[in-house]
Amino acid sequence: MIGSTMIALAIVAGSAGLLIGFTIFKRKSPPKFREIPAVTRLQKAVAWAVEDGNRLHVSLGRGNLTSTQGAAGLAGLSALKNLADLTSTSDRTPIATSGEPGLTVLSQDVMQTSYQKATGGGHFDTSAARLSGLTPFSYASGTLPMMRDEHISANILLGSFGVEAGLMTDAADRQKSFLLAASDNLPAQAVLYASAQEPLIGEELYAVSEYINHSPMHAASLSVQDILRWILIISMLLGAILKLGGFL
Amino acid sequence: MKGIISTLVAILVGLIVLAGYFFQIPILSDLRSLILDWAVTLASLMVFIGVLNLLSVNTNRIKNKEKGGFYSLVLITSLLVTLIIGLIFKPGHPAMNFIFYSVQLPVEQSLMSLLAVTLLIASINLLRRQPNLFSVIFLGTTLLILLGTAPLPFGKLPFIGDILRPFIAQVLAASGARGILIGVALATLTTGLRVLFGADRPYGSK
Repeated sequence: MIGSTMIALAIVAGSAGLLIGFTIFKRKSPPKFREIPAVTRLQKAVAWAVEDGNRLHVSLGRGNLTSTQGAAGLAGLSALKNLADLTSTSDRTPIATSGEPGLTVLSQDVMQTSYQKATGGGHFDTSAARLSGLTPFSYASGTLPMMRDEHISANILLGSFGVEAGLMTDAADRQKSFLLAASDNLPAQAVLYASAQEPLIGEELYAVSEYINHSPMHAASLSVQDILRWILIISMLLGAILKLGGFL
Repeated sequence: MKGIISTLVAILVGLIVLAGYFFQIPILSDLRSLILDWAVTLASLMVFIGVLNLLSVNTNRIKNKEKGGFYSLVLITSLLVTLIIGLIFKPGHPAMNFIFYSVQLPVEQSLMSLLAVTLLIASINLLRRQPNLFSVIFLGTTLLILLGTAPLPFGKLPFIGDILRPFIAQVLAASGARGILIGVALATLTTGLRVLFGADRPYGSK
């Protein structure tokens, strides 16, 4: 128990050190990451939405902030902040929906800050951040009318969704609006792969924010993930070799 | 100023909870428990605020005579009726069970069935939308798993049911799923650290 806690501490401390190091030392030369075509198309969809006077809809899922799914919600909020910064001055402000009250309150706060920053303290309509439902399917069915009736031209589903996300992707398809979707939940990822226009798989959910709006800390966190991934791969291979050799 | 204070509070609280997890020092553990208790209380309060948000959005919809106002009326009426019955009879009472088993459960189950049809249509359209090798593999795997799992009138298919399906599910799919989960776990770690360092501030701070 103590051994595993110490390993966890070493990983967290090592990652924190790398994150700070990369943030400071890579500030002048941002690293190049592989292109994610879905995010490139999202950027175009956002630009079109602003030009056409349509809305963006960002759905943040049902990730409880006090659970392990909270990180997916935080990644969604980070992307919402960047998207709200880009579109707050358009004719129609973005709408954020969620199935978890904590996310609703935070999304309201994030959007209000972006709006007031862009408009110099203008009045923000708090109904732009909504709680659509508290159970998986009530959340999905509460979101569907908004996707249909609110002049939405691009939907971005980023957070912790279950298979109910399939109903939302179908609604976007019917409205012929753009849809990018990512979830931390494995069955939901399979559903999104089959039904979403632009599905993101695995950790791509957490990279959207960096791809929309570059920041040194976000770029550093992607580099740290790559390093940790290689360490894990090497450890697994070494473990398999040692096991084969009868040393473990 | 408000932004700086909220960021500092978030960083301090995050550090105390993290340190309390790693180091078994009594004062740190007590502080960690206290902060987590506060978080649970706040989360309960958030549910109340969330319901108020739901009521406010739907009331405005009715007031402004927006499209779908009737559904908002149904939602508000159902919410208030359930709330009143719950307050009078308490959860677990037959009246509350009746609402759950006769309304909520059938509605959610019918939405699940609808989702099954939606996914079937989406899978048929997958090759048109993304005509690539991965889509072919995805559909082929789905078909093999279905053939190996579904109760067929002539019993299990010999090779598919006994060898191929378990191999796909327990070796290929399980290892792929573990790879994805490891990626998600690493990203969760760095996302948490960004919030801890105050680089990501999901609480509206400028």
